[in-house]
Amino acid sequence: MLKARLPLILLMMLVLAACTAPAPRPDEATAPDAAAGGEAAAGQAAEGESVPLGEEAFGPGFDFVNDPKSPLNDPQSPLARRIIHFDFDSDKVRDEYLDLIAQHGQFLAAHPGLRMRLEGHADERGSREYNVALGERRARAVAKLVELQGARPEQIEVVSYGEELPIAFGHDESAWAQNRRVEIVYEAAGK
Amino acid sequence: MALALLLLLAAWTPPAPAILQIEITQGVEGALPIAVLSFLRELKGPLDQYPAEVIRADLHRSGRFSPEQGAAPLRLDADEMSRLLRTWKARKVDYLLVGALRELAPDRYRVEFRLFDTLRGEQLLGRSTVVRAADLRSVAHRISDAIYQQLLGVPGAFDTRVAYVVVKGRGKARRYELQVADADGHNPRTVYRSAQPIMSPAWSPDSRRLAYVSFEGGRPAVWMQDLASGERRKLSARPGINGAPAWSPDGKRLALTLSQDGNPELYLLELASGRLTRLTRNRAIDTEPAWSPDGKALYFTSDRSGSPQIYRLELSGGSPRRITWEGRYNASADPGPRDEQLALVHQVGSDFRIAVLDRRQGLLRVLTDGRLDESPSLSPNGAMIIYATEERGRGVLAAVSSDGRVRQVLRLQEGEVREPAWSGYLQKRPDNRIVR
Repeated sequence: MLKARLPLILLMMLVLAACTAPAPRPDEATAPDAAAGGEAAAGQAAEGESVPLGEEAFGPGFDFVNDPKSPLNDPQSPLARRIIHFDFDSDKVRDEYLDLIAQHGQFLAAHPGLRMRLEGHADERGSREYNVALGERRARAVAKLVELQGARPEQIEVVSYGEELPIAFGHDESAWAQNRRVEIVYEAAGK
Repeated sequence: MALALLLLLAAWTPPAPAILQIEITQGVEGALPIAVLSFLRELKGPLDQYPAEVIRADLHRSGRFSPEQGAAPLRLDADEMSRLLRTWKARKVDYLLVGALRELAPDRYRVEFRLFDTLRGEQLLGRSTVVRAADLRSVAHRISDAIYQQLLGVPGAFDTRVAYVVVKGRGKARRYELQVADADGHNPRTVYRSAQPIMSPAWSPDSRRLAYVSFEGGRPAVWMQDLASGERRKLSARPGINGAPAWSPDGKRLALTLSQDGNPELYLLELASGRLTRLTRNRAIDTEPAWSPDGKALYFTSDRSGSPQIYRLELSGGSPRRITWEGRYNASADPGPRDEQLALVHQVGSDFRIAVLDRRQGLLRVLTDGRLDESPSLSPNGAMIIYATEERGRGVLAAVSSDGRVRQVLRLQEGEVREPAWSGYLQKRPDNRIVR
């Protein structure tokens, strides 16, 4: 009885140790796959197996959206950056965001079980319905770049809120610049 | 100067704050002087509303009248009328309104009024009607409408309503309410409430229903709601934008914006059959359809020229014609009851203001001086434009006469107010008796 239990207790201790181990240093977590692989490997080290990258690294049914171990929830991962800003009355994606959007595109393409909701927003100036149209054009511009990385169009949903959901409440250019944006929201498929 | 001040003090001032408090910020010179006397009262108990106060507030708010108050007549007979006419003529007040309010039975009141020209000593109007206490405000608004029509030759729009969106709270606590109030801000009622944005209320031509956009469930859909029953019906929830509903003047169709084909385009939705017809076809934004009063054309906003401008599309066919040429940004057109005058949002420097485009003369007149003015909506008589503006960082409603001479602010005690939509005329009730 005792003999049988011992390895189990050891295993549990190992898992606990892995869970409370310090988070990876920033330089270890620059690429999403490295961060994801590192965490998953730590969690499953007791089994002494190598862990493949990609969907399988997290096991079937892994909750990318809510699980704290998901690279989407790792503040060190570029995938944690999910807001793209735009110029006034423009839907042109600025060069500074191209890499970030490409990384999101690769991640979505690598995880067919995930869906991405692109929420387009505008600043408060001008007409509200025109701003809904503008927000949608911004979200679609991002959607195109995501699809270029091999994500399927069915994985992507575009919704525009126009100027209805500001994140900054001032009435000046700094607030407006924050509000002209597309937010990337990941969802589990079937939602 | 002293005289002007005295006149100003003598002029009637608004009563205690309503929910939507109205403050006239700019009035008209040469407003018509009219004495609106307290009504002769034969009542068994007190009432919440008395017609004279409501009528004075209406006339004052229009900017076209400078109402004065006076004691109720002792009787409504010829002698008393002659005495009052002499009194007010001597005070150089050109018009005189007298009335009576009699309780006939529990919750049944006879309202009677007469309008006189004091210079000529003539009765211009005289009517009576029987109503319940709850309809007294509405009857008073109709008396204001009758005075306005008689003296200015244009129907009044006092017995009408305004729909608007109120936003309370911030972040997760943010709540959206669709409200309907009388055009003077009284009697506000919340007709729909949501934690998700509500947008673009549009009245049916009979003023009994509203179409609007609701983001409930995280996606936009166009809904129709019957105001009397509260019954709601989802009209459009297609992929992408479902927005900018606008009722055709015959009430049978809805123009709206959909992006189901990848780009915001105008569509017509036949309400009875649900049949959908696509109206525009290009890679630009096309949105904010507004019907011409005859129902034969739509005005809309498009950025096909590179920046938003107003276009007119004949429903009989042909390509849309651009009608705004001044400035980089023109949007949200409302033609109101007269096709030749369009209210719109116009960018001036870095500010957005309300302007009126006179289509015959091709003249654009900027009427407001705000930074973020939007959502203009014309009263059904075309005399006033209600719009959204900001005051000390808060969204409020304001109204300006379409000639730009009168301006007023409508403040709500709590929350931000936006997207006002002025109703059409309310359905005519069984009409009043002429009295002499």
